[in-house]
Amino acid sequence: MDELLTAAPAEGTAGGARTEEAYRPAADALRTYRMVAALWIRSTMTYRASFALTLASSFCVTFFDFVVILLMFGQVRGLGGFSFAEVAFLYGTTGTAFGIADLTLGSLQRMGRRIRDGSLDVFLLRPAPLLAQVAADAFALRRLGRVLQGLMVLVWSLVLLRDEVAWSWGRALMVPWTVVCGAVIFMAVMVLGASALFWLQDAAEVTNSFTYGGNTLLQYPPTVFAQDLVKGVVFVVPLAFVNWLPALYVLGRPAPPGVPSWAAFASPLVALVCCGAAGLAWRAGVRSYRSTGS
Amino acid sequence: MLRLYATVAAGGFRRYATYRVATLAGLFTNTVFGFVFSYTYIALWAERPQLGGYSMADALAYVWIGQALITVCGMMGGGFEAELIERIRTGDIAVDLYRPADLQGWWCAANAGRAAYQLLGRGAVPLVIGAFAFRFTLPAGPAGWAAFLLAVALGSLVSFALWYLVAMSAFWLLDGQGVVQVAWLAGLFFSGMLLPLNVFPGALGEFARALPWAALLQVPADVYLGRYGDGPGLLRAYGFQLGWLAVLLAAGRAAQAAATRKVVVQGG
Repeated sequence: MDELLTAAPAEGTAGGARTEEAYRPAADALRTYRMVAALWIRSTMTYRASFALTLASSFCVTFFDFVVILLMFGQVRGLGGFSFAEVAFLYGTTGTAFGIADLTLGSLQRMGRRIRDGSLDVFLLRPAPLLAQVAADAFALRRLGRVLQGLMVLVWSLVLLRDEVAWSWGRALMVPWTVVCGAVIFMAVMVLGASALFWLQDAAEVTNSFTYGGNTLLQYPPTVFAQDLVKGVVFVVPLAFVNWLPALYVLGRPAPPGVPSWAAFASPLVALVCCGAAGLAWRAGVRSYRSTGS
Repeated sequence: MLRLYATVAAGGFRRYATYRVATLAGLFTNTVFGFVFSYTYIALWAERPQLGGYSMADALAYVWIGQALITVCGMMGGGFEAELIERIRTGDIAVDLYRPADLQGWWCAANAGRAAYQLLGRGAVPLVIGAFAFRFTLPAGPAGWAAFLLAVALGSLVSFALWYLVAMSAFWLLDGQGVVQVAWLAGLFFSGMLLPLNVFPGALGEFARALPWAALLQVPADVYLGRYGDGPGLLRAYGFQLGWLAVLLAAGRAAQAAATRKVVVQGG
């Protein structure tokens, strides 16, 4: 994430007090992010009742996704050859990973409007990294509801799976590791999507189909989907590395046809590559930015 | 007077037609979700054929109707309530109330224009793509399509009445976010957007099918699938939609009257 946040060139402060060697872009970006986010949290807390309602509803809306799965399993014993506990495990891993990404970078979606009405200029004038500012803009703590809900399902699934899976240290460590890598992949996709907004301000919804759509897709076993679609999310948009491939390893199931078994361990590498691509795209986007001037 | 509302509706249509990239992006998203849900429904119906009385072809049609109507019938937000709430919050609503037109009628007309555009620009294409990809059930001839379109129009009006009522709450609460979120959740769950309401078990299913949100997607989809037959069954379906429409419009009107009588408009 540091790499992403520093992708925007930071301008020196007006006073020039900071020296070159003391200047640390990553720390600067994180500090900016923390400050802006804290500001928004304080502002949210002014309307406490509203905050409580929105937090609860953020929790519920993701819970509904899970209710669908519960309703489905009220009717059937397995889905695509996967048991309820296994589907819950898929749900929990992607839900938590996506929740973390959405909590930290969810505000990027709103950038299209800022580009259209010219208010992004204000951000560019401030002596702080642009991506950190935009990402923390209107920071919504209520999105924590999504993370909590995903975590709850994940823990529940692990309780259900405690006897079904041949646990080893490798498999056990793979679970938190999957969530972290998955979150980073989702974040990279969000930054990539936001970068596209520099050219197409109204295209924010396309990102949704990869983030929200990807999250929905990954809640279900890969065996449910057409093989071409599975190959697409392995090789084209590498969402399968968020949870499918590592989860298949944890559950002791074979990788999808045409995908090598070592791919289960490639998530960190894929996450890194995605971050690199997102960083480059963001840089290109900022360079080509032309203000509306209003 | 009627001409005024027609002009407002045309304005609503044109306003949304301006953002072509947004329409395309939305189209893309609806199509992606259509594919994802289609495969999960295929898995579900493969395990339990005739679940909820739907064949697999019916269930797939249901998925794509849902994606086509998502903005038309406002299952996940009416598309206008945020703007209306903002006008109430800032006090701009005072200008609207001065106009020689009814507030509810004005917004209803504008929303009808928006819905018409969303149906043409954003609803029709995913339906066609889905039909080619999955060969799902189609309505029985032109009469079936006409019956479906009427149900969609009524569903869209019910959606307006619902979201208008939600927006009215901002007169008292100012920050409408919480109420909007709760309404959004209820709509998402009870419209059948996540899973057809006739798959919901027992009492929960019956309860859900009696609520106004059933008029947004479940009823139009069942009209499309010809599950009401033609004649009395179909009339009952429309009657259900019209009944909720009347109740919700009246409630919105009452809230509006109470608000304009009692509430001090935000100045500034």
